[in-house]
Amino acid sequence: MASQRLAGFQSGLPNQRGRFGPFGGKYVPETLMAALTELESVYRQARRDRRFLSDLKSLQQTYAGRPTPLTFAGNLSKKLGRGIRVYLKREDLLHTGAHKINNTLGQGLLTLRMKKPRVIAETGAGQHGVATATVAALLGLRCDVTMGAVDIERQRLNVFRMRTLGARVVPVTSGSRTLKDACNEAIRDWVTNVRTTHYILGSVVGPHPYPMIVRDFQSVIGREARRQVLKAAGRLPDLALACVGGGSNAIGLFHPFAGDRSVRFIGVEAAGSGLATGRHAATLVKGTVGVLHGSKSFLLQDADGQVKETHSISAGLDYPGVGPEHAWYKQSGRATYLSATDAEALEGFEFLARTEGILPALEPAHAIGCLKRIAPRLKRNSVVLLGLSGRGDKDMETVAARLKVR
Amino acid sequence: MSRIASVFSRLRRNQEKALIPYLTVGYPKLDWLAEAVTAFAEAGADLLELGIPFSDPLADGPTIQAASQQALAGGVTMRKALRQVERIRKRNDRLPLIAMTYINPILAYGSRAFCRDAAAAGLDGVIVPDLPPEEGWELIPSSRKAGLDTIFLAAPTSGPQRLTRAARVSRGFVYYVSLTGVTGERRGLPAGWANGVRALKRRTRLPVCVGFGVSTPEQVWQITREADGVIVGSALIRKLTGSRREGIRRGAAFLKRLKGACQ
Repeated sequence: MASQRLAGFQSGLPNQRGRFGPFGGKYVPETLMAALTELESVYRQARRDRRFLSDLKSLQQTYAGRPTPLTFAGNLSKKLGRGIRVYLKREDLLHTGAHKINNTLGQGLLTLRMKKPRVIAETGAGQHGVATATVAALLGLRCDVTMGAVDIERQRLNVFRMRTLGARVVPVTSGSRTLKDACNEAIRDWVTNVRTTHYILGSVVGPHPYPMIVRDFQSVIGREARRQVLKAAGRLPDLALACVGGGSNAIGLFHPFAGDRSVRFIGVEAAGSGLATGRHAATLVKGTVGVLHGSKSFLLQDADGQVKETHSISAGLDYPGVGPEHAWYKQSGRATYLSATDAEALEGFEFLARTEGILPALEPAHAIGCLKRIAPRLKRNSVVLLGLSGRGDKDMETVAARLKVR
Repeated sequence: MSRIASVFSRLRRNQEKALIPYLTVGYPKLDWLAEAVTAFAEAGADLLELGIPFSDPLADGPTIQAASQQALAGGVTMRKALRQVERIRKRNDRLPLIAMTYINPILAYGSRAFCRDAAAAGLDGVIVPDLPPEEGWELIPSSRKAGLDTIFLAAPTSGPQRLTRAARVSRGFVYYVSLTGVTGERRGLPAGWANGVRALKRRTRLPVCVGFGVSTPEQVWQITREADGVIVGSALIRKLTGSRREGIRRGAAFLKRLKGACQ
């Protein structure tokens, strides 16, 4: 049974008040507090319930396509030189095209346990929206997805996918009209319909217990990868590397290695047009501590505590907040956070496409771009585990326009 | 006795209920505020809630979202809002003024500094809709020290324990949210609101005021049969259009009608 347990079960954090050090907590309207308590208690029961765990495992294997392979990127490694070996954890091969489905399957099953007939979700790139719409169709739930009007424009393909799956896509025209505002609107919907609706939050952000639940559902990435890399490389990696928007794929990859002190963690944020331009989404690199969407973490904000607008070529990283556990990893020194610009992400995109025949999503393309930049400073013969969180199909229009592909 | 407590005791003596209008500081413009407050106090406002805008007001509906956005675009900050409070306080020493804002602008200003400066400027209380009692530690020690009342919210989804908890950490009055949802006008009152108010009143000697979704004299009349006061925000904000004089006059006339239903 031990292998079926969800990660996080025995780890100390978050504490009972939903804190990772000083970060996390529950900063939400009173109306939602009862629902958060219900969600936590249903989740705590579910993760001890053999039936729930076997249902989840069976969906992961027979529906989503787990375990995902670990691919040795031989050509890319050769280009980096100095004996560096890069392994890709292939979440891009999952059903719906990204790691998001690991979480939506879990939360979808929790929704059934809570006997709620409707789910809502926020989405930036559309991947979480598609993964939620997919699970809603599978489990017979009604589904509304809030999405910024700007993102609807730049991720049209995913909007069609959600609508075809039977979800309603609700355009959000307030604020910056991107992921942050889609989150606001999803929370407002939840406040209004909390008795009949479960909010399937898509990242390790939001009020407790979300950062814990989403981390636990995403930790399947790191658990598989740990086993696979030990077999393929014969040892633990020196470095685990993943992109960070809200941070769910990175936490999912890192968490099972958290006790392995020899494994360094690097999270890669979106530097947009460059950190100096102010047009970026590098929350941990450039932000300060504050409260957004229900938890205390790092935040891109001005001196008056107003949340700033962000910029990234990747809609999935275009978010001014970040998960509280990442804030804790940063403050405690467990992980390092770097950034990659739009241009570096495009370079990473092309690099992986040409060397390995894999089109990554623009989000993990940031991690590849960053790896290319820092490779000369890595130890010789380093083993690198890179989280390839999604595939690039959804980004082809953006990439084609920027790289002038015809 | 604090300004809030003395207003409620006066109202109780006169068998009246409190009308509490909400205004967003800086909407439509910062220079409307002092004049609006004077006019609204004359029209029957017993206390006043001043919204200090935040970029991501997740408890607010479209009207207050838009007002906040416009106020921020006009350059309103916490500092400027507190200066306005000082100006109002110089003209009117009796009207209780309550800040309503979100936790992040308070943390950015510094919780202690905020409570100290808010009380010094003449604010009597503070409402933070994204601060449930569990996270009240962010604000309670500093506000108690500064003599600023913390008004917590209770909601239709709050069970008995949560109602008790909201009442216990509140000072001045307790804010009962009439509905599950965000701020903004609604046609009727939701089922069950009166039971919620009664359940809350059984747990506290503090006044209980009801807000969210209130916009008509009929609703005000119904609510003030049970509660000690009523908060009206979005419906008032929507009156504040056109010229300053015209907008304020329209707002005051609206409040006069609502106050008529509070007796």
